[in-house]
Amino acid sequence: MIEVERLNVHFGHNQVVHDVSFHVAPGETFGLVGESGSGKSTVLRTIAGLVPGWDGGLAVDGKALGPKRDRAFFKSVQMVFQDPYGSLHPRQTVDRILAEPLAVHGIADAESRITRALEEVALPRVARFRYPHQLSGGQRQRVAIARALIADPSVLLLDEPTSALDVSVQAEVLNLLADLRQARQLTCILVSHNLAVIGHLCGRLAVMQGGRIVEILRQEQLRDGTAQHAHTRELIALSHELEG
Amino acid sequence: MTEAPPSEAPLVEIRKLRVDFPNPAGFTQAVRGISFSLGREKLGIVGESGSGKSVTGRALMRLLPGSARVQAEALRFDGIDVLAASERQMRALRGGRIGLIMQDPKYSLNPVMTVGRQIAEAWLAHNKGGRKEAREAALSLLEQVRIRDPLRVLDSYPHEISGGMGQRVMIAMMLAPNPDMLIADEPTSALDASVQAEILKLIEELVSARGMGLMLISHDLPLVSRFCDRVVVMYAGQVMEELPARDLHRARHAYTRGLLDCMPSLSAPRPRLPTLTRDPAWLEPQR
Ligand SMILES: Nc1ncnc2c1ncn2[C@@H]1O[C@H](COP(=O)(O)OP(=O)(O)OP(=O)(O)O)[C@@H](O)[C@H]1O
Ligand SMILES: Nc1ncnc2c1ncn2[C@@H]1O[C@H](COP(=O)(O)OP(=O)(O)OP(=O)(O)O)[C@@H](O)[C@H]1O
Ligand SMILES: [Mg+2]
Ligand SMILES: [Mg+2]
Repeated sequence: MIEVERLNVHFGHNQVVHDVSFHVAPGETFGLVGESGSGKSTVLRTIAGLVPGWDGGLAVDGKALGPKRDRAFFKSVQMVFQDPYGSLHPRQTVDRILAEPLAVHGIADAESRITRALEEVALPRVARFRYPHQLSGGQRQRVAIARALIADPSVLLLDEPTSALDVSVQAEVLNLLADLRQARQLTCILVSHNLAVIGHLCGRLAVMQGGRIVEILRQEQLRDGTAQHAHTRELIALSHELEG
Repeated sequence: MTEAPPSEAPLVEIRKLRVDFPNPAGFTQAVRGISFSLGREKLGIVGESGSGKSVTGRALMRLLPGSARVQAEALRFDGIDVLAASERQMRALRGGRIGLIMQDPKYSLNPVMTVGRQIAEAWLAHNKGGRKEAREAALSLLEQVRIRDPLRVLDSYPHEISGGMGQRVMIAMMLAPNPDMLIADEPTSALDASVQAEILKLIEELVSARGMGLMLISHDLPLVSRFCDRVVVMYAGQVMEELPARDLHRARHAYTRGLLDCMPSLSAPRPRLPTLTRDPAWLEPQR
């Protein structure tokens, strides 16, 4: 469903992604972990068409991606950002924010879709006519997830979708994502620094360091001690330490 | 029997704090009569999204919008009545004696100024020295928060650095004026686990070495239990329980227990995570 082949990304003279390759099968949830600045968000943003300076091969659903993406791409591929503040328009109510993708993609029954979307992400009804600054951080991230889902995408790119959420909502959102990918056959890439979150949702994952993938492994390998790379082992050890 | 030493006035004293926001139908009660105090120690505030953690921190710095109705029997920082203080006094507290590290760096960094200049200005506002010293201080602070490539980051704009780097830049900026207290609102939720531990150790060292007070607002219970002395657990604008951080895993309140149980675990994976069943009794006024 998603193919990334020898991807390089530059910002001016600074190359931040080096020779990254991985494939994601339809319906699979693939994880990306790695230290801060290792290039996780950049890989995701490049797939989403938000970064201009790249070379290598990118394909979604068998179609090779060029520098410009068409409208069909933006309907089928949706991204949820790390940062629930910057990604929501500050002067639009939640209602407007959710109505916009429906208008852009010419989808009818806005009323019922918005109501359902708010329920799906467990937002109270009163939140519908509030502005982003009137919501807590967690409530804002749920709006961002609702917006990404409302036009029925087939690919969801999730950049730290739960790192601004408290654990109870995180559990709800993780269960929600698990249900949705099942029900809607969603293919996802999930970026997180939390290995337990990645292990919970992803069958396979890539570990990044310094803009490169150092290891691709299956979820069970997080537990059975067969992770190869030193950086992966370090992340696993830290995660166990925090679980105490 | 010796007489008890005169109890030192706490750095922060909060008694019966209430914060209401107007809405078309009346008021949203964001904080409903909470009380706690903070010395030169590390206090964790946990609780789910919307429980009023950030609003509490912002009330203490008088950073809430003018529309907010803030009432308290006491809301003091080092004896200063925050509700009655002049705007000038408050400016000296904010970004001076109290550093606020926010949930989101991009929101509080100036997008059109380089990172280096922002840290330098924070340093200049509270230290004696010229531009050159300020730049050196900024570089040293970036090193202290373990930015790998401090010279490049010094001349970068906020949109050119990753989320985690932005958070470290915020911390460097807040440390520049040598504050008495840090309010860290989800300071590390955008960081990877190794940097998260590093940053919290760093904050912990700085807090102990400088004798600062720390209010660590977070939804990450294991993290708070590891780095704080005491924990206040909030739900729907009230304090549900307060306990020593190291006893968090033995918490009694059903709400706290529910929070602990719904975290995914690397060592013991479950196909579905339990979610919290909210007891209406938790909404009743507590004691
Ligand atoms: N717009 C940009 N211009 C210049 N450099 C950038 C830009 N965006 C990111 N970078 C650089 O690319 C590198 C990778 O950043 P990226 O945001 O992808 O990291 P990340 O792995 O998502 O980190 P984090 O966990 O902190 O979010 C960093 O060194 C960053 O400074
Ligand atoms: N400016 C505002 N206007 C109206 N309501 C607000 C405003 N700021 C916060 N609130 C409301 O006050 C309540 C408490 O919000 P607060 O930001 O303190 O939550 P929090 O505990 O920090 O949550 P999170 O973990 O998601 O950051 C929420 O219901 C929120 O919607
Ligand atoms: Mg990122
Ligand atoms: Mg908050």
